[in-house]
Amino acid sequence: MRKVAIVGAGMTKFVRRALETPKELSYEAAKITLDSCGLTLEDVECIAHGTAPDAFDGLHQNGEYMVDGCGGWNKPTMRVYVGGGTGIHAVVHGWHHVASGLFDTCLVVCEEKMSSALPHAQAFFLTIFDSITERPLEPNLLWIFALEMNRYMERYGYTKEDMALVAVKNKLNGLKHPASQFTEEVTVEDVVNSEMMAYPVSRLDVSPVSDGAAALLLVSERVARRLTDKPVWIEGVGWSLDTAYWATRDLYYPRYTDTAARMAYEMAGIREPDKEIHIAEPYDPFGYKALHHMEGLQLSPRGKTVQLLHDGHFDIDGNLPMCPSGGLLGVGNPIAAAGTMKVCELFWQLRGEADGRQVPGNPRLGVAQSWGDLMQVSSVVVTGI
Amino acid sequence: MDKKVAIVGLGYSGFGSTTPDLSYREMIFEAATKCYQDAGGIHPQSIDSFVASSEDFMEGISIADEYVPDQLGAVLKPVHSITGDSLQGLASAMMQIKTGQQSIVAASAFSKVSNLSNHDGLVTYATDPFYIRPFNENPYFIAGLEMNRYLHETGTTREQCAKVVIKNRSNALNNPSALYGARIELEDVTEAPVLSYPLGIYDMSGHLDGSIVVLLASEERARELTDKPIWIKGIGWATDTPNLDSRIDGMGSAVYARLAAQKAYRMAGINNPFNEIDFAEIDDTFSYKELQHLEALNLCGPGEAGKLLELGCFAPDGDFPVNVSGGSLGGGYLHEANGLQRLMETVLQLRGEAGKRQLHDVETGLAFAWRGIPTATGAAVILSTRP
Repeated sequence: MRKVAIVGAGMTKFVRRALETPKELSYEAAKITLDSCGLTLEDVECIAHGTAPDAFDGLHQNGEYMVDGCGGWNKPTMRVYVGGGTGIHAVVHGWHHVASGLFDTCLVVCEEKMSSALPHAQAFFLTIFDSITERPLEPNLLWIFALEMNRYMERYGYTKEDMALVAVKNKLNGLKHPASQFTEEVTVEDVVNSEMMAYPVSRLDVSPVSDGAAALLLVSERVARRLTDKPVWIEGVGWSLDTAYWATRDLYYPRYTDTAARMAYEMAGIREPDKEIHIAEPYDPFGYKALHHMEGLQLSPRGKTVQLLHDGHFDIDGNLPMCPSGGLLGVGNPIAAAGTMKVCELFWQLRGEADGRQVPGNPRLGVAQSWGDLMQVSSVVVTGI
Repeated sequence: MDKKVAIVGLGYSGFGSTTPDLSYREMIFEAATKCYQDAGGIHPQSIDSFVASSEDFMEGISIADEYVPDQLGAVLKPVHSITGDSLQGLASAMMQIKTGQQSIVAASAFSKVSNLSNHDGLVTYATDPFYIRPFNENPYFIAGLEMNRYLHETGTTREQCAKVVIKNRSNALNNPSALYGARIELEDVTEAPVLSYPLGIYDMSGHLDGSIVVLLASEERARELTDKPIWIKGIGWATDTPNLDSRIDGMGSAVYARLAAQKAYRMAGINNPFNEIDFAEIDDTFSYKELQHLEALNLCGPGEAGKLLELGCFAPDGDFPVNVSGGSLGGGYLHEANGLQRLMETVLQLRGEAGKRQLHDVETGLAFAWRGIPTATGAAVILSTRP
């Protein structure tokens, strides 16, 4: 199998309401990425890009519209789409371009501008539901996550305070991230007492609506050796999509994350992920989701995750740091860009360039995961040096 | 890079102007079932990965990717969507096999355009929201501008464009799944009501519902699954800007087609496409597009396509048959599945399964698709009976 390396990463600041257009956000992230490895657009052979629902921008064929922003003008350009999972899946998609031997350099760009959806991006999620059986009930995305969170808590006897601890820790990590949307610490009481959205989901359990973009440059081994002496290799990729009939699934365990992770670990030759992996960036749009995904990623035994969280196992200086970037809860959640931000974080962490939030002990292997669609898809990327 | 990829299964369903008896998911299920049967009755559990091509607004669903797995038998399997033409989806499937991680990958696409009450309004939503959309124009003005510019730059005539319509709709009479087959006269096209000058209403292909699923496999698996694999020799895709005012070569030439074909020809080792390829299925969403694409694909020089057409070069019995199936003008336009439709017809010809429209002694074919206005994205595939 052809080796593929990440040699550059970049992202915009994640903010509630960006003045830049989606194209400009894409441009900024792509430019920072190319500058970081001393290349120009002429050195890039193809573009793999991603952005989540077209409805946010009110644009049909949004991928086409984004093209000149992310550098795809007069190049092979292909947009991949797995809902909220797009951010990490775009990296998998970029890996396909290079690992297949068709290209030697591929720029991965993901962008999301949610603030142009008025009054609130949440309204557009009504149209993700089945138009016959579910949409007439006027469901809200928060409702189905509330069902899932409730089921997860009930299955293992976790409390709302346990779940709130994830938001507290991730937001604390996020304060050290220069692109973060947040400026202050929160406590478990703050989270539990914040406005109830749909029981048991409180406002601070939820990652915020954001605008932003993130990008990565993937290259073949030959190019990587020429460009840098610190390439970060893509060791494994995996993805999986469960049935659209989410109401027929037992929501306490993310099977799709399980299958996607096993696929990626098999490729990477990882047998004991909880021992071999040094950094985890599970997808954390909600506090409980990070823990849910840690179990699916085989990084924590089912039902023991909250204990490990309380014990500091997942802290930056713990045995298995979780979301050292701050994750979606700590940095912000511009949907597709948020996933790519997690792979950017692994890139910086593994190269020892993460400044104030650097995980100690020279980490060598990291995993990032994203999640989306109707609580049904996971994309997993394992990177190493 | 040396891993060879073949098409080992093909299934389609629908192919009507309306399909009230089938939901889009039933239509895909039917096409998938036929495709798996065609590939030696393979069980979907044995398929490693799945790729769908779709656009949210066409389906009226945000995140249409959610509703892909069930009808393909792909639950808890690697599945993703490409929001592009289905030939780009095919490229994604092919790249997966070339990485070595997957051996068998399915690619699917569909059109249920009959569900849309205002398709033209939707196309308007693909145009620039600041500079174009406020005109509140019929979006086909873009095709009118392109056609006018193309005719002006190359000396191609209005009548030559009309002859594309006559050829393709006549070819469609030999294709049982083509919807718009007819014998028409030159005046029928040239004197038809104008949609956007010089584009008339018969210069544009009609809508079609339908679903297509194809199965791709690595060389070793292909030999196990079928005794008539069709090999993908080369593939390429490219995008020019969707902004009408900043296209590098103006609006007269299809830069995307030239770039996509260059990549595909290089991969297939083709230097002289006209001589080395036997026939082609080329996007003809609008009549002028077939001629414009023929030139951009380097199958003839600028301004020559119309003349060669009049000499009968592109007829089924000509030197280089183009759109023997009837193309989109004769068969109907399948939207995101347009690329797979062009591919399907090429595969049927190469397998010798094209019935009354079968060409003789063909072993290399070209399929090319464009995403339609206002985009400037195209993808080309070279297929062959020889690995």
